[in-house]
Amino acid sequence: MTDVGPTPSQTVGPYLSLVLPWPDGPDVVAPATPGAVTISGRLTDGAGEPVPDGLIEIWQADPDGRFDHPDDPRGAHSYPGFRGFGRCPTDEHGQFAFRTLKPGALPDGGGGAEAPHLNVSVFARGLLHRVVTRIYFPDETAANAVDPAMRELSADAAELLTATERPDGSLRFDIRLQGDDETPFFEI
Amino acid sequence: MNEPVRPIAYRPDVKGTHPPLGFAGYRSTALRHPSKPLILLPQRLTEVTGPLFGAERVQPGDDDLTQFDGGEAVGQRIVVHGRLLDSDGCAVPNALIEVWQANAGGRYRHVNDQWPSPLDPHFAGLGRTVTDGDGHYRFTTIKPGAYPWKNHPNAWRPAHIHFSVFGQAFTQRLVTQMYFPDDPLFFQDPIFNSVPDEKARARLVSSYDHDVTTDHWALGFRFDVVLRGRAQTPFESEPDDD
Ligand SMILES: [Fe+2]
Repeated sequence: MTDVGPTPSQTVGPYLSLVLPWPDGPDVVAPATPGAVTISGRLTDGAGEPVPDGLIEIWQADPDGRFDHPDDPRGAHSYPGFRGFGRCPTDEHGQFAFRTLKPGALPDGGGGAEAPHLNVSVFARGLLHRVVTRIYFPDETAANAVDPAMRELSADAAELLTATERPDGSLRFDIRLQGDDETPFFEI
Repeated sequence: MNEPVRPIAYRPDVKGTHPPLGFAGYRSTALRHPSKPLILLPQRLTEVTGPLFGAERVQPGDDDLTQFDGGEAVGQRIVVHGRLLDSDGCAVPNALIEVWQANAGGRYRHVNDQWPSPLDPHFAGLGRTVTDGDGHYRFTTIKPGAYPWKNHPNAWRPAHIHFSVFGQAFTQRLVTQMYFPDDPLFFQDPIFNSVPDEKARARLVSSYDHDVTTDHWALGFRFDVVLRGRAQTPFESEPDDD
């Protein structure tokens, strides 16, 4: 094998919506799937203004905590009707929404468990490289407290990574690119 | 619990490969880059897996941007090809590649692009294809034009094609731009110049490929897209055997 130089990242620019949004992009599971949850929120900048030309992607385990992928050491596992991936452009108010199933907990490779979570990539004009964050679930207080990523964070940061439940049962997760209540972002 | 072996992580790209998130020359980064340091997240299952999109996301003809709405796009017809690899030199096979670009006059078919260069009724400016078993891909398109923007006085983006690829893991996801050789606009473009390392920046520039140039048909350009490779050693060198 030869060592090849990696290709640098560049911004998606203002016209990503030409190709990246898919009609079924926000549907990690089909409409009317039993147990489906809506996760939605707003992408805002350092002035609190909506980012209307962004794209949010999510990647997550299935409800059994498995991935349909050969590098899951437990073997690829398909969960009928579940894609694991969602992609949604932000609208003029910076809003995005996904329909998915809550993932299961995952073995963390060290004898513990990762709390159920979604990995999130954010792309936008003005972002030269995607930024990555995670969404955790508000009904998993105990699992969140011992999650290997969450337990390294301050209480404030851990709270910012936890979605909030609305009265209708949907979950809200806002992404703030910059500012005092900035979303914690990860280097992976 | 029978704990699975931790999968092999992807190594970080060499420092200087990727642009900083805050880059003063590109004004739109000012309010859109995180002000706090990124938090290191060790790679676990969610990071080393990822969506494996391929041919099911591509329709016949999606790899030919020169045909749209019953006619042929205006401009210099080109073939863009190359390989999708990781930085160990391993091919990424059967993988979706999505592209978008301006027309020959530098205008995007997008509601927010209003600069006075005409739309081409036969150019939509988006394409999809999938790599073959060796990671090779190929598009037919027209050479996009340069276009002005408001970043600084007399600012023009060098001609470029936007690329979006997934690779095989969440860590490998990459969106980038392909440029053309010897573009005179490079010197004033903050997006191109945001890449700190000069050699890395040069990898954003395609090369003219006379072997792919087709007599009386199209000019050929080669552009390889290289994603993060695997670390040489796994996190835990010994598998758990309990
Ligand atoms: Fe562009």
